[in-house]
Amino acid sequence: MEKILQVKDLQVSFSTYGGEVKAVRGVSFDLHKGETLAIVGESGCGKSVTSQSIMRLIPDPPGRITYGEILFNNMDLIKLKEPELRKIRGAKISMIFQDPMTALNPTLTIGEQIMEGIMEHEKITRAEAKKAAVEMLQLVGIPSPEARLKQYPHQFSGGMRQRIVIAMALVCSPDVLIADEPTTALDVTIQAQILELFRDIQKKTGVSIILITHDLGVVAQVADRVAVMYAGKIVEIGSRREIFYRPQHPYTMGLLQSVPRLDIEKAELVPIPGTPPDLFSPPIGCAFAARCKYSMEVCERVYPVQSSLSNNHHVDCWLQDERAKKLVSTFV
Amino acid sequence: MELRKQEERNISPGVPDEWFVRKVQNQSEAEAVVRPSLSYWKDSWYRLLKNKLAMSGMAFLVLLALFAIFGPIISPHSVETQKLTLQNLPPSSEFWFGTDDLGRDVFTRTAYGARISLFVGLVAALIDFIIGVVYGGISGYKGGKTDNLMMRFVEILYGLPYLLVVILVMVVIGPGLTTIILALSITGWVGMARIVRGQVLQIKNYEFVLASKTFGTKTARIIRKNLLPNTMGPIIVQMTLTIPSAIFAEAFLSFIGLGIQAPHASWGVMANDGLSTILSGYWWRLFFPTLFISLTMFAFNVLGDGLQDALDPKLRR
Amino acid sequence: MNTYFIKRFIAMIITLWLIITGTFFLMHSVPGSPFNEERTTNEAIQKNLEAYYHLDEPLLVQYGNYLTALLHLDLGPSIKKSSQTVNEMLGRGFPVSFELGFYTLILAVISGITLGIIAALRHNGVIDYLSMSIAVLGISIPNFVMATFLIEQLAVNFPIFPVATWTSPKHMVLPTLALATGPMAIIARLTRTSMLEVLTQDYIRTAKAKGLSPVKIVFKHALRNALLPVVTVLGSLAASILTGTFVIEKIFAIPGMGKYFVDSINNRDFPVIMGTTVFYSAILILMLFLVDLAYGVLDPRIKLHKKEAK
Repeated sequence: MEKILQVKDLQVSFSTYGGEVKAVRGVSFDLHKGETLAIVGESGCGKSVTSQSIMRLIPDPPGRITYGEILFNNMDLIKLKEPELRKIRGAKISMIFQDPMTALNPTLTIGEQIMEGIMEHEKITRAEAKKAAVEMLQLVGIPSPEARLKQYPHQFSGGMRQRIVIAMALVCSPDVLIADEPTTALDVTIQAQILELFRDIQKKTGVSIILITHDLGVVAQVADRVAVMYAGKIVEIGSRREIFYRPQHPYTMGLLQSVPRLDIEKAELVPIPGTPPDLFSPPIGCAFAARCKYSMEVCERVYPVQSSLSNNHHVDCWLQDERAKKLVSTFV
Repeated sequence: MELRKQEERNISPGVPDEWFVRKVQNQSEAEAVVRPSLSYWKDSWYRLLKNKLAMSGMAFLVLLALFAIFGPIISPHSVETQKLTLQNLPPSSEFWFGTDDLGRDVFTRTAYGARISLFVGLVAALIDFIIGVVYGGISGYKGGKTDNLMMRFVEILYGLPYLLVVILVMVVIGPGLTTIILALSITGWVGMARIVRGQVLQIKNYEFVLASKTFGTKTARIIRKNLLPNTMGPIIVQMTLTIPSAIFAEAFLSFIGLGIQAPHASWGVMANDGLSTILSGYWWRLFFPTLFISLTMFAFNVLGDGLQDALDPKLRR
Repeated sequence: MNTYFIKRFIAMIITLWLIITGTFFLMHSVPGSPFNEERTTNEAIQKNLEAYYHLDEPLLVQYGNYLTALLHLDLGPSIKKSSQTVNEMLGRGFPVSFELGFYTLILAVISGITLGIIAALRHNGVIDYLSMSIAVLGISIPNFVMATFLIEQLAVNFPIFPVATWTSPKHMVLPTLALATGPMAIIARLTRTSMLEVLTQDYIRTAKAKGLSPVKIVFKHALRNALLPVVTVLGSLAASILTGTFVIEKIFAIPGMGKYFVDSINNRDFPVIMGTTVFYSAILILMLFLVDLAYGVLDPRIKLHKKEAK
């Protein structure tokens, strides 16, 4: 499959009063054409920072990309200057943010906000832009789009606003769409509709999607592949099947056990004890070791070597070493 | 896991075998939160200490207070004694800030002016505080119709240009220090009341307050433990900013001849007297009072700004 | 949408009526008649004078008369300058004061907003610190001090501008500058704070993610939202400028309304005090109303919010 985006050893730091926070500590992954890659993890694990780094939207200062490459069509986004980046933002790579209530400018009509994106990137007349905006609103399922173009964000419901935000992101038909917790702020029923919309749009446009979420339910519905992040690193990555049915990292297992499942009888909900580590001074070894049921001395001393279970499935865990005591999995 | 077929041996070189022993779980270690927690006030205080401008403002105000208290005492000259032989003398070792057109000592008069300014500022701020907190607190805490009615009244007062009100009161009661303070207080508390009400309304609905209510905590305790610490910040800032505006109002009124009356010394009166010296060259008569007004206002403003930055919980991590 | 503004309009009329009533009874509660303090007027003359000005009638009748006259926009005669009416005085003074106040407001708004935006965009940079220091100074220095300083420097030491009066554009520079410094500083600080706040909003991040240029982001997306709080203080700023004209007119010997007002207070010329107060209040309340209108135009949410609040 063709790789549209490659992130290689990305490292991002934030300087704060308390010192430097290493929010992303060497993240690598590929995004293939037309697929949906979900990045999951607890809040503060660096998933949003990773996604914003791809758009180079990390506020600098205090944030800074300290190392790594982000290759988009063989062009390193980290090396690009602002004016070149602007040609990519919104046109080639778009982003959707978590809260549709605040993501739209309250004092501009939604038509203006959708049209300005396309008019920035393409040489078209206002009338053409308006036509494109109407088509886009139709695509995301907003009834009577022409009339609604003239309305302001406060005249729409939360779910409707998120549809508008999606329309705004897709109006230039980008290659990559990054959605940062796109359904978190919405009601459950609306969530399902929006996820359905994502699948529908992907079918129609072939856009590649990076979906940032903490909600495994969302992952199960739309992701092709899943990357699990913990304390600034991807600890396990694999296809949806592999992650859900053959999780290898104790953290991934923990995540799966902490959400309710309907497919297993008598499945108990087991929370993961403890809290994520302090990223002011991240541990030398595996960051999850302090919370891990299976932790060994090596886990605290050395960061695990990556093991590959298939072409897609990779995990950073010492349990993969033959010398470790094997787990008797409680999973299917 | 048993589904996995491992074809190649997965052993990392350089890692000794004995490290692969499972550890006994220590739950408390995993739960430990490592971050020093500072109390709100301590934290704010440290932040204020770091703000050099605010600290120099504070230092100036301390000096000014000392000057106001002890200036007239250490000075060998009295405020109102006129010596026509000593007219318009420039600053010297005898008269530190020079003398005015009636031979009065400018240093002593400036110190007296400081007394009046600080007095007006502090008393006005105190009155604003008392009325504002009570009014705003009741309005916000009661809510509903009471709140609506009380805020209507505040809105009307807010719409009045306060200097006009001050001037009207001055006309009715006649000029003087008490009049100035009274007049300032009539409209001054409105801003404070609005702030307190806003804070109370906002905090009343915060989950932690609701939580303490569900635990059956008494109202007085909620006010003391939850509402007050959270509203104190904006209140203190508002007070620090009320003081310079009261000082300005007094100086302004005295300057246009509606405030403190000659021969009493106030910075506004002195500045007005000194106005004519722009052309005559007796610069010290205008320079000292205006310098002190400006520095005092400046000191209060930067201190207020510093407090605002220090007390704003939004900036806290 | 119109119901909101009609409501505001009615509230405005009520406020004005309260001010008129308050001022009227306040003025009439002052002990003694305006005629008996100075010159030894004999009692008969005094009676005649009081009858002439209807001061012998019951208070409520006087109040009624005053309101009726006000409805005809008649503010009554002056007591001390018997040949003049309050309307004539205001007619002479107001245009000058208005000119001064208007120029000041324009200067303060334009320079204040510009300074605030620049400071916000260069947050924590040299320009930010510099302009904010200037702003704190501007707030701290009372306008009459500023006025004397400007006269000393730019009229006496370096005679670039004339010292006083209001006859040519050149005469207008110093008074306007002196009066504008304070409001300008307030606007600059407010614009900066609000701009900084707006720049952290999600919709600004959205605009960046669309690939818009910084210029577009600032002027199209940030500025309008950042100016909303600035608009709300314009009313009270106009009030402080208006009262500020008293002192500036006094220092620069400008024949505006402030001069009549201060004179009337010192002379205890009650009709003039009352008339001027009512006139000032009417202007200020009108300003606040206009500010509300402007806010409604700038912020499309306003109509909804008001409805929700009710």
